[in-house]
Amino acid sequence: MDTFNYSILILLFPAIFFIIIGLFGKYMKPIVAGTLGTISLSVITILAYITAYQYFFVVGTGADGAYQAINVFHFEWLRFTDTLHIDLGMYLDPISTLMLVVITTVSLMVHIYSLGYMKGEIGFQRYYAFLSLFSFSMLGLVVATNIFQMYIFWELVGVSSFLLISFYYVKPSAVAASKKAFIVTRFADFFFLVGILVLSFYTKTFDFEVLTTVGSPVFASFAGASFLGISVLSWAMMLIFMGGVGKSAMMPFHIWLPDAMEGPTPASALIHAATMVVAGVFLVARLFPIYVFQTPEVLTIIGYVGGITSIFAAVVACTQTDIKRVLAFSTISQIAYMITSLGVSGWGGHEGLGYMASMFHLFTHAFFKALLFLGAGAIIHAVHSNEMDAMGGLKKYMPISRWTFLIACLAIAGIPPFSGFFSKDEILAAAFHHDLFLFACLFIGAGLTAFYMFRLYFRIFHYENDKVYHHTPHEAEPSMTIPLIVLGAFSAFSGFVPFSKLITTDGKPFEAHIDPLVAGLSIGVAVIGIAIAFVMYRKKTSIPDQIVEKIKWLYTGAYHKFYFDELWLFVTRKIIFARISIPIARFDRRFVDGFMNSLAYVTNATSEAIKGFQSGRIQQYAFVYLLGALILIIGFTFSIWQLIC
Amino acid sequence: MIEQVIFYILAFFIVGFSLLAVTERRIIRASVYLLFVLLGTAGLYLILEYHFLAAAQVAVYAGGIMVLFVFSILLTDHPGAEVKYEKPKRMIISAFAALAGIAICGHIIYYNVSRAYQYIAQGEIDMKDLGMTLMGTGKYQYMLPFEAISLLLLACIIGGILIARKK
Amino acid sequence: MGELITSFLSGGPIPMFAYLIVSTLMFFIGVYGFLSRKNMLMVLISIELMLNAADINFAVFNRYLYPEQHEGLFFALFAIGIAAAETAVAIAIIINIYRNVKSIYIDENITEMKN
Repeated sequence: MDTFNYSILILLFPAIFFIIIGLFGKYMKPIVAGTLGTISLSVITILAYITAYQYFFVVGTGADGAYQAINVFHFEWLRFTDTLHIDLGMYLDPISTLMLVVITTVSLMVHIYSLGYMKGEIGFQRYYAFLSLFSFSMLGLVVATNIFQMYIFWELVGVSSFLLISFYYVKPSAVAASKKAFIVTRFADFFFLVGILVLSFYTKTFDFEVLTTVGSPVFASFAGASFLGISVLSWAMMLIFMGGVGKSAMMPFHIWLPDAMEGPTPASALIHAATMVVAGVFLVARLFPIYVFQTPEVLTIIGYVGGITSIFAAVVACTQTDIKRVLAFSTISQIAYMITSLGVSGWGGHEGLGYMASMFHLFTHAFFKALLFLGAGAIIHAVHSNEMDAMGGLKKYMPISRWTFLIACLAIAGIPPFSGFFSKDEILAAAFHHDLFLFACLFIGAGLTAFYMFRLYFRIFHYENDKVYHHTPHEAEPSMTIPLIVLGAFSAFSGFVPFSKLITTDGKPFEAHIDPLVAGLSIGVAVIGIAIAFVMYRKKTSIPDQIVEKIKWLYTGAYHKFYFDELWLFVTRKIIFARISIPIARFDRRFVDGFMNSLAYVTNATSEAIKGFQSGRIQQYAFVYLLGALILIIGFTFSIWQLIC
Repeated sequence: MIEQVIFYILAFFIVGFSLLAVTERRIIRASVYLLFVLLGTAGLYLILEYHFLAAAQVAVYAGGIMVLFVFSILLTDHPGAEVKYEKPKRMIISAFAALAGIAICGHIIYYNVSRAYQYIAQGEIDMKDLGMTLMGTGKYQYMLPFEAISLLLLACIIGGILIARKK
Repeated sequence: MGELITSFLSGGPIPMFAYLIVSTLMFFIGVYGFLSRKNMLMVLISIELMLNAADINFAVFNRYLYPEQHEGLFFALFAIGIAAAETAVAIAIIINIYRNVKSIYIDENITEMKN
C-alpha cells in the first residue's frame, strides 16, 4: 500500500546510522555521535507516530469492521518452493504498529537520557552505535513479514543485547553476565529454530499472513502427525514458545535477566525492561491465532508458565537489595503478567480480552518500567552505588527523580488513574473469568508488586532521612530529567488510550469496561501492599528484621532467587559437562584427533626414516646414482627385459 | 711393435698413477700423480695421432688446471695439521662400487666390442683443416659451440673472481 | 687377455678395446676416489680423472670408427675446455669455503650450509 511507503525509513535509518557511527564513530567527537544517533531516532519516532496515526485513523478499519494487516514492503529473498520462501519486508498490523510506537518512544528517551548519563565514558560512540543496532533489530523484529525474518532479527537483538551488556568489557562481571545472557537466550533460540523448521516443514510456508489467517488450510497437513503421543503441531508451537521463554526471561530461563543489569543503566532500561524482553510476548501474540485455534493446550501451558513466573519473581523481588535487581525481577514478573494474559485469552470480541490486556500492559509497562530504570540510573548516578543501603532520604536532593519515580511506582502498583491500573485490571479480569488459579497467582503478585515497589521507593527516598553522604547527591542534568518527565507523563496518562478499540484478536473493536469487583480487589490489594511497605520502610525500624526472622527459610530462599542459578550450574556443570561434554571431548581428542594425529605421526616417522636419503652428502648421492646406473646397464646388457616381458 | 710397447708402458703408467692419485693421503703428492696421469693421457693422444688434442691436454690440463690445483692446495693447507684417514667402511663400500663397475663395463667391452675395428693410419690432421672446422658455420663445423665455450669461460672467470674475492 | 698378447706378438696395430680398458680403469678409479675421499680437492682430482677417461673414449671412438670425421676430437677438445672452467669455479668455491669454515673436508662443517 502506497500510503505507508515512507515507513520503510523506520528500518533504514537506524541501520544506516549504526554503520556510520560504528565505522566512523572514533573519528567523531562523542557528542557528535550521540547527537547523530538521537536525531535519527527522533526522525523515526516521528515517522512511527505518523504511521500509527495513519494506520489507525486514516486507513482505519476495513469493510468488515476490522483492522487489516498490510504488507508495506516485501521482497523475496530465498525461494525454496512456490510457497516456502524467506522474504524480507515490512508488515503492519495493530500489534506491530503498537510496537513501533513503543520502541521508538522508549528508545528516543533512552538516547536523550544517555547523552547525560554516559557523558565522559570511554566508548561513548560505540555505545550509540550499539543503541542504533539494537533499535534497528528490534524494529525489524516487530515488522517481520514472516517467521524466519523474525528469527533473523531475533538473533540480532540477542547480539546487540550481548554487546550492550558487555559494554564495560573490562569488568569481569559484565563479561560473565553478557556471556550468560547470550548463551541462555541462544539456548532457548535453538528450540525456537527447531520449532520454526517443524512448523514450516508441515505448513510449507513462513508467512505470517498465511499462518495467522483464521481457519487457514495449511494446518491440514498436520492431521495425524504426532510425536510421543502429542501432536506435532503442539510440539512445534511449544518449541517456538520456548524461544519466547528465553527472550522474555520466563522460568526457567529467567536467570540471565538479573545479571544483565551489568550493562549501562539506560541500555538496561531500553533492552531489559521495555523492549527486547517483550519480544517473547510479541511472538506469542503474533502467532496467537495458531495457539488459540490449533493448540489450545499449549496456550494453557503458556498461561501457567506466566502465572508461576509472575509470583515467583515478585517474591524474589521483595528480598533483593540491589535496586536494579529489584527492577529486573519486577520486569520478569510484569512480563509474566503479559504472558499469562495471553494464556487466558480467547478469540473474538470480549473473549479476546486477555490478548488486548496483554498488549495494553506491554504498552503501559514499557513506559513506566523505562521510567523506573532511568530514574534508578539517575539515583545511581547521584550516589554511585546500586545498593539500597547506600541510599535513603534522597527526596530532598532529587525532587524530579522522586516525583517521576513515584508516578512510575503508582503506575506499576495499579493505583488509578495511572496507566498500570487499567492494563493490569484488564489482565486480572481476563484471568478471573478464565482460570481462578492463575487469577490467584496474579492477584497475590499484584499485592507483592505494590509492596516491593514501594519498599524500593521508601528505601531510596525516605527511610534514613538524615543520612550523611560524602558527596551531596544532586539532581541529574536536564538531558536526563527531561526524558524522566516525558515518560512520567506517558506513565500517568497512557492508560486512557482506548485499547479495546485498537488492538483486538480479530481486529474488530469492542467495548471493554472495568469490572468493578476485580478493580476493587486489585486496588485493595495494591493499597494493602503499599501500606505494609509504608509501615516497614517509611522510617528505619526493626520490623523488617523481625519479619525476616519469622520466615527465615522463605527469605533465604527468595534472597538466593530460589537457587535457580545453582540449579542451572548443577545441570550444566555436573550433568551436561561431566556426563556428556567431557566424554565427548575425550572421544574427540582420543579418536578423532587421535586419528589425525596418527596420520601426522606416521608421515613424520616415515619421513624421519627416509630423510637419510636427503642427507645433502654428495658422495652418497653419487653412490646411489652409480648403483642405479649399473643396475640399468646390467638390465639392458643381459636382456633382462626379454626375460621379464 | 714399438708402438704397442709404448702403449702398454703408457697404459700401466696411467693406471698406476691414477691409483696412487686417489689413494695418496697427502694432497700435494696426489696432485702430482694426477699431473702424471694427464701427461700420460696426452701420450695416448699422440699415439692416436691427435697432436693438437695432445697439445691442448698438456697446455690446459697439465699447464692451467694443475697450477690452479697447486695454488689452491697451498692456500688451503695448513702445515702441521694431521692428515685425516678415511673410514675403512667407506673405502670398502667405494671399492666395491668401483670394482662392480669395472666388472660390468669390462665384461661388456670384452664380449661386446667388435675386434674388427682396426686402426687406420691417416697421419696427423692438418692444422688448417682443424682451424676451418672449428671456426666454420657449415655442417660438421663448430663455430657455435666454440663461441658458447668462450662465453662459458668468460662467465667462469667472472664467477670465479666473484666467489673467491675477499668480502 | 690372450688376444691382447697375440696382437702384441703379431706386431699389428693396437686393438681398440685396449684403449677402452685403460679408460674404464681410469674412470672407475676416479669413481672410487670420488666416493671414498673427504677432502674436497681430492674429490675434484677424482672428477678430473673421470673426465679424462671420457675424453680418451671420444678420441678413440673417433679414430677407430669414423676416421674421416672430427666429431670426437672436437668433443674432447670442448670437454677439456669445460673441465678447465668447471675446475676454476670449483676451486674458487673451495677457497671461499675454506676461508669461512677453515676446513675443506666434506661432512665436517660444511653440513652447516644445509641450513
